[in-house]
Amino acid sequence: MDQLLQFVFSGLTVGAVYALVALGFTLIYNASDVINFAQGEFVMLGGMVTVFAVAAGMPLPLAALVAIAVAVATGLALHRLAIEPARGASAVTLIIVTIGASILIRGLAQMVFDRQFHALPAFTGEEPIRVLGASILPQSLWVLGGAAAIVLALWLFMERTLLGKAVRATAANRLAARLVGIDTTLVLALAFGISGAIGAIAGILITPITLTSFAVGTLLALKGFAAAMLGGMGNPVGAVVGGLALGLLESLAAGFISSTYKDAVAFLVILGVLFVLPQGLFGRRAVERV
Amino acid sequence: MLRVEGLRSGYGRIEAVKGVDLEVAAGEIVALVGANGAGKTTLLRAISGVQPITAGRIVFDGASIEALLPHARVARGIAQVPEGRQVFAPLTVEDNLRLGAFRRGRAETETTLAEVYALFPVLAEKRALPAGGLSGGQQQMLSVGRAMMARPRLLLLDEPSMGLAPLLVDQILEAVVRLRAQGLTVLLVEQNASAALAIADRGYVLETGRIAHAGAGRALLDDPRVREAYLGI
Repeated sequence: MDQLLQFVFSGLTVGAVYALVALGFTLIYNASDVINFAQGEFVMLGGMVTVFAVAAGMPLPLAALVAIAVAVATGLALHRLAIEPARGASAVTLIIVTIGASILIRGLAQMVFDRQFHALPAFTGEEPIRVLGASILPQSLWVLGGAAAIVLALWLFMERTLLGKAVRATAANRLAARLVGIDTTLVLALAFGISGAIGAIAGILITPITLTSFAVGTLLALKGFAAAMLGGMGNPVGAVVGGLALGLLESLAAGFISSTYKDAVAFLVILGVLFVLPQGLFGRRAVERV
Repeated sequence: MLRVEGLRSGYGRIEAVKGVDLEVAAGEIVALVGANGAGKTTLLRAISGVQPITAGRIVFDGASIEALLPHARVARGIAQVPEGRQVFAPLTVEDNLRLGAFRRGRAETETTLAEVYALFPVLAEKRALPAGGLSGGQQQMLSVGRAMMARPRLLLLDEPSMGLAPLLVDQILEAVVRLRAQGLTVLLVEQNASAALAIADRGYVLETGRIAHAGAGRALLDDPRVREAYLGI
C-alpha cells in the first residue's frame, strides 16, 4: 500500500510534466493542425538555460525568467522562420518541419551548452514529506502546484479574455475567424509563444528531480504526444488527464514490472490508442447541426 | 463604395472567377445570382481577402484594398456572412457575437450587442448556449448578427437562404432590408435568385466565372433569359 502510494506520487509528478507538454501540443494543434515535435525542446531549454544562468551567478528566479524568455523567443522564431514561410503546405510537411527544427535546436544546445547532465537545487529543500507511509519531495509539490497554476491560468485566458476566445474561435473555424477580423497568423504566433513558455516552466520545475541535458527533449516530446493522443488530440482537458494517466502508468510499470520497460509504456499507449480508441478519451464527438 | 475591376481568382489551375467587373454604390442592395459553381463564393471571399486573387483590383471607398489582409479589410468596414453560416460551434452565442466585434472598442460592442439582440431576440434567449446547438435558422441569424457586430458599412452575404425553410428565408431577407434602411450597403449572393432579386436594387448574373447579365433587380427578374435560366419559369 505504501509502495503503491509512492508510485502514485512519482507518477503524478512526471505526469504533470507530460501534461504540460501535451498542453503545448494541443495549443498549437488547435491553432494550426500542426503537431509541433519541437515541443520537447522548449522543456529542454527551460532546464538548460536555467542551469547555465544559475551557474553564471544569477539568482534562481531571475534565471528561470531568462529561460522562459529564451523558450518563448525560440517558439516565436520557430513560427516566424519555419512555419510561416511554409504556410499553405500540408500538415504533414509542417510536422516534418518541426522535427527538423527540434534537431536543429538540440544541436545548437549541444554547442552552446555541453553534453553533460545537469541538476538544479530543489526550490525549497530536499527533506521528503511523509504522507501515509509514503514520502513526497517538496519539489514534487512545486511541479504539481506549478502545473495546476498553468492549467488554471490558461483556462482563464481561454475562457475569460477576448484574445483567448479568439484563439478558440480560430481553432473552431479558421475561415470564420479571419472573416471577423482575427489575425490568425498572430494567433498562431501566440500559440507558439505560450507553448514555449509552458514547456520552459515544465523544464524548470522538473530539473531538480530528473536532471536535464541537451537531449531530453526528444523523449519528452514523444511522451507528451502520447499523452495528447491518449486524451484526444486537440482537447486541453484530455491533454492534462492523458499526461497524468501516462505518468501513472509509467510509474506503476516501472515499480511493479521493471524500470527497464518504463519508456516503452508511452509507445504502448500510442499503439493502444490508435488500435482501440483513435479519438482518445476526450476526442471530438460533439454534435453539431449543419 | 465598392468597385471590382477585372478580378480573377481560382484554385490551382482551375479559374473560378474569370475577369469580373462589378460595382456597389453606397446604400444599395446588390444581388449576385447564378448557378452552383458560377464563382459567386470565390468572388465574395476574394473581396474579403480570404481567397487569393491572380489579377484585378478591388477598390473600397476609393482606395485599393486587394493587398490588405482580411483583418485590415474588416477594420475598413467590410464584413461577411459566409456560406454555410460558419459559426464558432463550441463557443457561446454571445462569445460568437463579441468576436464579431474583435476589431471594435469595448463601449461600442455593448451598444451593438443590444442592437443585434433587438434584431434577433431569439439570440438573446440563447446567449449562453454553444452556437453549435442552434437550429440552422438561428445559426444564420447568429452569423448575420456576428457580421453586424463589426459595424460594417458593406455587408457581404453568401447564400443566407441555404438550407432554410421559406419562412426563415423571409425573416433573414427582411432583416437585410431593415439593415439597409439603417444605412448599410449590401452585396447579396444567392442561388435563390427570385428571392434575392426581389429585394435588390440591382443585380448581376454570374455564369461560369463571368458576368452574363446586369441590371435593375426587377428588370432582371422580368428578363426572359434570366427567368428561363435561373428562375425555372
